[in-house]
Amino acid sequence: MPKKVENVGCPYCGVCCDDLVVTVSDDGKKILEVENACAIGNQIFHHATGGERIRLPRLRQPDGSYKEISYDEAVDYAAKVLHNAKKPLIYGFGSTNCEGMAAAAKVAEKAGAVLDNCASICHGSSFLAIFDNGYPSCTLGETKNRADVIVYWGANPAHAHPRHMSRYSIFPRGFFTGKGHKSRKIIVIDPRHTDTAQVADIYLQVKQGHDYELFDAFRAVVRGHEIPDVVAGIKREQILEVANILKKARFGTIFYGMGLCHSDGRNHNVDIAISLTRDLNDFTKWTIMAMRGHYNITGPGAVWSWQYGYPYCLDLTKRDIAHMNPGETSSVDLAMRDEVDAFFNVGTDAGAHFPIDAVKHLKKHPWITVDPNICMASEISDLHIPVGIVGVEVPGIVYRMDNVPIQYRKVIDPPEGVISDEELFERIHKRLCELEAEEAAKGQVKAAPEGVRAESEP
Amino acid sequence: MKTVTLTLTNPSELFLEGQNITPDNFAGKKAAEIAALDVWEGKQKSPLGKYFSVEGDGGATAAETKIVLRGDCTRTKRIGQQMTAGEIVIEGSADMYIGGWMKGGKIHVKGNVDSFCGIGMEGGELLVDGNAGSHLGSSPRGEWRGMQGGMIRVAGSVGNDTATFINGGTIVIGGDADIHVSTHGEGGTVVVKGNAKGRVGGQMVKGDIYVYGTIENPLPGFQMVGEVEQEVDGEKARFVHHIGDLGERHPVSRGKTVYANLYTRI
Repeated sequence: MPKKVENVGCPYCGVCCDDLVVTVSDDGKKILEVENACAIGNQIFHHATGGERIRLPRLRQPDGSYKEISYDEAVDYAAKVLHNAKKPLIYGFGSTNCEGMAAAAKVAEKAGAVLDNCASICHGSSFLAIFDNGYPSCTLGETKNRADVIVYWGANPAHAHPRHMSRYSIFPRGFFTGKGHKSRKIIVIDPRHTDTAQVADIYLQVKQGHDYELFDAFRAVVRGHEIPDVVAGIKREQILEVANILKKARFGTIFYGMGLCHSDGRNHNVDIAISLTRDLNDFTKWTIMAMRGHYNITGPGAVWSWQYGYPYCLDLTKRDIAHMNPGETSSVDLAMRDEVDAFFNVGTDAGAHFPIDAVKHLKKHPWITVDPNICMASEISDLHIPVGIVGVEVPGIVYRMDNVPIQYRKVIDPPEGVISDEELFERIHKRLCELEAEEAAKGQVKAAPEGVRAESEP
Repeated sequence: MKTVTLTLTNPSELFLEGQNITPDNFAGKKAAEIAALDVWEGKQKSPLGKYFSVEGDGGATAAETKIVLRGDCTRTKRIGQQMTAGEIVIEGSADMYIGGWMKGGKIHVKGNVDSFCGIGMEGGELLVDGNAGSHLGSSPRGEWRGMQGGMIRVAGSVGNDTATFINGGTIVIGGDADIHVSTHGEGGTVVVKGNAKGRVGGQMVKGDIYVYGTIENPLPGFQMVGEVEQEVDGEKARFVHHIGDLGERHPVSRGKTVYANLYTRI
């Protein structure tokens, strides 16, 4: 009898759907059916058992080919790369669990590395805005049960978060929103007429890169000031109409995406969106939320903030002092400026996502990829270490886009011998400690504090 | 005043963090002691003398110490960080954080500087003959009290995010400014003698901005109120006076609302 596993969490996007039903074959080795998931989430489950998986770490040979090696050899190689580098960079973590992130942070601290996550090229600018201006947010449940006005600004959930609109924002019938879609006003603001814009009651086609000006206009109007005839390609009458809807809402949520974080000004676009949200709270209840991309990209922010006080771009090269300044300690900037001499790509694909110049700089140094699957990064790496797929083969805590932690479960076992991210990083940490002890025994401690060195010298 | 000359003779592989290169740290030290001060290359701590040759001793106090840097310092960060007195002359270009959190004294860079120079500045003078990168005289991340005082003068152009959260002090830019000038500003003065690209004075509460050239994308939150004649950087000129950012909160002082001022030259 195939087994049905209910209430499974989906390891795809930040919506973290936790109502999936997965049917597993008799022997527990194959995934037969996935219900309730979107097309992409569905594919992630089927991909796990659908084809050939990499079962052993692969090390690049002088002739350019890959040779399979044991996990012990891979751990030793990785630890030595981290130990010998002056400034290694550990980046990724969009698609793994919080346990793996915490273990990786232990490794980064021990190795004196820079620790960064995918927010660095995604919603990192939201963090900067939140540092500067606060975060009047809510949970997705509150939006579902209360919101009668929804704004999607520079976000296209129809493609990037396929079940966001049906689970939380537009269509569901909540406690105070019994009429569902009928009782809600949907406003979409985007330079492109996206599929999300198709379901909007009002669509504003803002001039690309001029969101800041439009926010400024909304804020001036909300405070009762005059604005020019046209701002960022939008007519004054339309701005006044939308401002009026915003002010008259019972409860509203602004969901914003890469349109703000990836256009000029980045954190300032989010910053002024937060300011507008705060202004609107003089009239009614308004909240704002970042449309976080991967299912657990909110995780590293939560885990590392708790460990070090900063959510991303952590420079731990001074070990006991954590330093963070995106623009300097952010992965792409470090790579573009050639500031690092080893690269660890974990649960993401820097080979596909980084600018080509950044990839070329990083490729001058050892490059290690930790990922269950073959991706562009794994194919240009010096070492590829496969791990189990979180949410399918490995359980763990993940954080939804509204900072709500959810316990994910596994539905099948990983391929025989394949370990989890957490176990891998724990083993690398152990090996790093051994390497440090070996070196200390030889009397050449690297970059240790003054007092320690004086004691260990004869 | 005694002069210490540092010459970069053995360039680092990665970037150097030279927060110890300040008159405060050099004061009262002989050349050999200065060469033993720490610099960081990633996680590796080394003596300054590994990379730089050191000539001359420091003065008795920071105010009596002058540091001259020769050679290519484009890969050296944090020169003059947190300095309180004395003088630094960088003969060429330098990297990030030059004069960051500076409290006094003078830094003169004869080439260009990268981003985050003069951030969190409280006093003193930072002169750059070339261009500066982004976040010039800005506030450190998450800090709502930006530049408090002092003077930054850049002869060339600057990147984006100049003077974010500026609270006091003056920045004079000879060339053009990229987007975001004095965002969230609550005081201080920024003069842009070239053109500004846009978002000038966004979310600004108080303070002054002068733009001599054009603003490519002016903000809707600024409103023209008249024309004025003002003396700026030693010369008198006529300006169009705008107030803003009308979308932002503004304090009331003696019954009158205080706005930020944006002056564009006629």
